[in-house]
Amino acid sequence: MNKITEQLLRSISDWNGEFKGAYNIREDGECAGRQSSENIIIESKKDAPGLVITIKPGTKGERVYIPACVTHSGIDDLVYNDFYVGEGADVVIVAGCGVHSTDEEAARHNGIHRFFIEKNAAVVYEEKHIGTGTSNGIRKIDPVTDITLGENAKLTMDTVQLSGVDFTSRLTRGVLEKGAKLIIRERIMTDGNEQAKTDFEVALKGENSGVDLVSRSVAKGNSYQEYRSCIKGQNRCTGHSECDAILVGNGKVSASPQLIAENCDAELIHEAAIGKIAGEQILKLRTLGLTEEEAEQKIISGFLK
Amino acid sequence: MLRLENISWKLEDGRGILNDVSLEIPTGKLVVVTGPNGGGKTTLAKVVAGLITPDSGKIYLEDEDITSLDITERAKKGISYAFQQPVRFKGLTVRDLLELAAGEKLNRGHICDLLGKVGLCTNDYIDREVNASLSGGEIKRIEIATVLARNTKLSIFDEPEAGIDLWSFSGLVDVFGELKNKIKGTLLIISHQERILEIADEIVVIADGKVRTKGTAEDILPQLLSGEKAKCCERSC
Repeated sequence: MNKITEQLLRSISDWNGEFKGAYNIREDGECAGRQSSENIIIESKKDAPGLVITIKPGTKGERVYIPACVTHSGIDDLVYNDFYVGEGADVVIVAGCGVHSTDEEAARHNGIHRFFIEKNAAVVYEEKHIGTGTSNGIRKIDPVTDITLGENAKLTMDTVQLSGVDFTSRLTRGVLEKGAKLIIRERIMTDGNEQAKTDFEVALKGENSGVDLVSRSVAKGNSYQEYRSCIKGQNRCTGHSECDAILVGNGKVSASPQLIAENCDAELIHEAAIGKIAGEQILKLRTLGLTEEEAEQKIISGFLK
Repeated sequence: MLRLENISWKLEDGRGILNDVSLEIPTGKLVVVTGPNGGGKTTLAKVVAGLITPDSGKIYLEDEDITSLDITERAKKGISYAFQQPVRFKGLTVRDLLELAAGEKLNRGHICDLLGKVGLCTNDYIDREVNASLSGGEIKRIEIATVLARNTKLSIFDEPEAGIDLWSFSGLVDVFGELKNKIKGTLLIISHQERILEIADEIVVIADGKVRTKGTAEDILPQLLSGEKAKCCERSC
C-alpha cells in the first residue's frame, strides 16, 4: 500500500495503521489487503471486478471496511460490490473513496454497491468521499447504491463529500418491503468549478415502510449542485425528504423533489430551502465575539456536521 | 459604566427613532429600560451592541469611546446581547453555541451549570440542535444562557419575556433575580414586565425616542404603576 493510500484512508475512514475486523482495501483497481472475520466473509466477485461481502445472520456489533483509493491520474476504476446481510444482523459498513490526481489526466472511481438486507437486519453504512492532489487532472467519483430492504430491515446511510472532487454523480435507489426503514443523511460541499449531482429513487413498496432523506449542501465559488429525489408511496407508508442548501459566492443549486403517492394511506412530505446564510445568524455569532468570516465558517461546519 | 451621549438615529424615511438620548448605566447594577412599544428601546440596545450605527452621538464603555467599533469588537470589549427573537441554526447544537459564546471548550459540568441557571435540564438539551424544533420558551432560555456563558462586563437582554408563556416566565424572573446577586457586571434588561421592574436597581423609561424619566426603582416604579392605573381609569371613563 502506498503513502497516498494511507493518507486517503485516514481521511475517509478511522484507519490508524490497521483495521479491526473484516476489511478489503482497494488501491488503483487492485486489492491492497483483505481480511474476513468469522461472521463476515469477503470474496472476489467472479463475473466482474469487485467483491461479494456476506454477513452471516445474527452477526452483531461488527464493522466491515471496504475503502477504495485512486492514487494517481490515468486510473478509471470501476467496481461492483454486493453486500448480503443476513437476517437479524446488526453491523456497520464503512465504505468511502479517495481519489488523488497527479497530472493532467483524470482520476476516477465508480463504485456500484448493491445491498440485500434481510428481514430484521440493521445496517449503518458510512461513506466519505474526498479528492486530493494539486494537479489539473479531473477527480471524479460516481457512486451507484442499490438497496433492497427486507421485512423490518433498516439501513442508515451517512454520506459525506466535502472537498476536492471535481465531478460527482450519485445515484441511490431503494426498494422497501413491509416495515422497512431507510434513513439517509447526505452532506455535500462544492467549491471552485466543482459539480455534484445527487439522485434518489425510493419505492415504499411494503406496508408501514418509511424513508427519511435529508440532504444538506453548500455550494461555494462557481460550483454547481443538482438534487433530485423521487419517493414513491405504494402502500401505507411514510416518506420525508428535505433538501437544504446554502449558497456562498456564485454557487448555484437546482433542487427537484418529486413525491408520487400511489396509495391513499401514503404520507409523503418534502421540505426544501435554498439561500445564502441568514444575516441574523452571522449577527448573533458576531455578538459572541466571532468575526464575520469565523461566523460563516462555524455556520457552514455546523450545517454539514 | 456605560455612557451614551446625544445618541440619535432615524429610519430611512426620516422618522426619528432615537432623539438625542443621553444615559449613564452604572457598573454592577440591574437596570431595566421600559416604555411603550415603538419608543426606541430595542433600537437603543442594538446601538449599544453595535447592531445599529447611530447617526450621531457617542458611546463609552468604562470611559473608552466605542462608537466606531463594530459588533465583534464590542463583543470582545465585554458587551453581550440576548436577542429579542433568538436566531435558529440548523446543525449547531446547544453545546456548540455555548462553547462559541464562552470562546472555549466547556466541560459537561460547566454546561450543566449554565443550562441549570436558565431552568433547562442538560441531558435533554446539550446535544439538541438550535433549530425550529425548539419552542419559543426553550430557545429564549438558550439565548440567555449564551449571554451567561460569556460572563461579560455588560449583558443586555432584549425583552426576555417576549414569546415566553407565563409559567416559563416566572422561572426567568427568578433567573434574573439570582443573576443580579451573582454576576459581576452590569445587567441591562429591556422589559415591560412588572415583575422584572420590581427586581431592578434602576429604571429608565424611554418614549418617543427620548428618556422620559429615570431613577431608582423605588422612585420610578410607583409612578409607572399609578400612571397605568390613571390610564385604565381614563379608558373606563
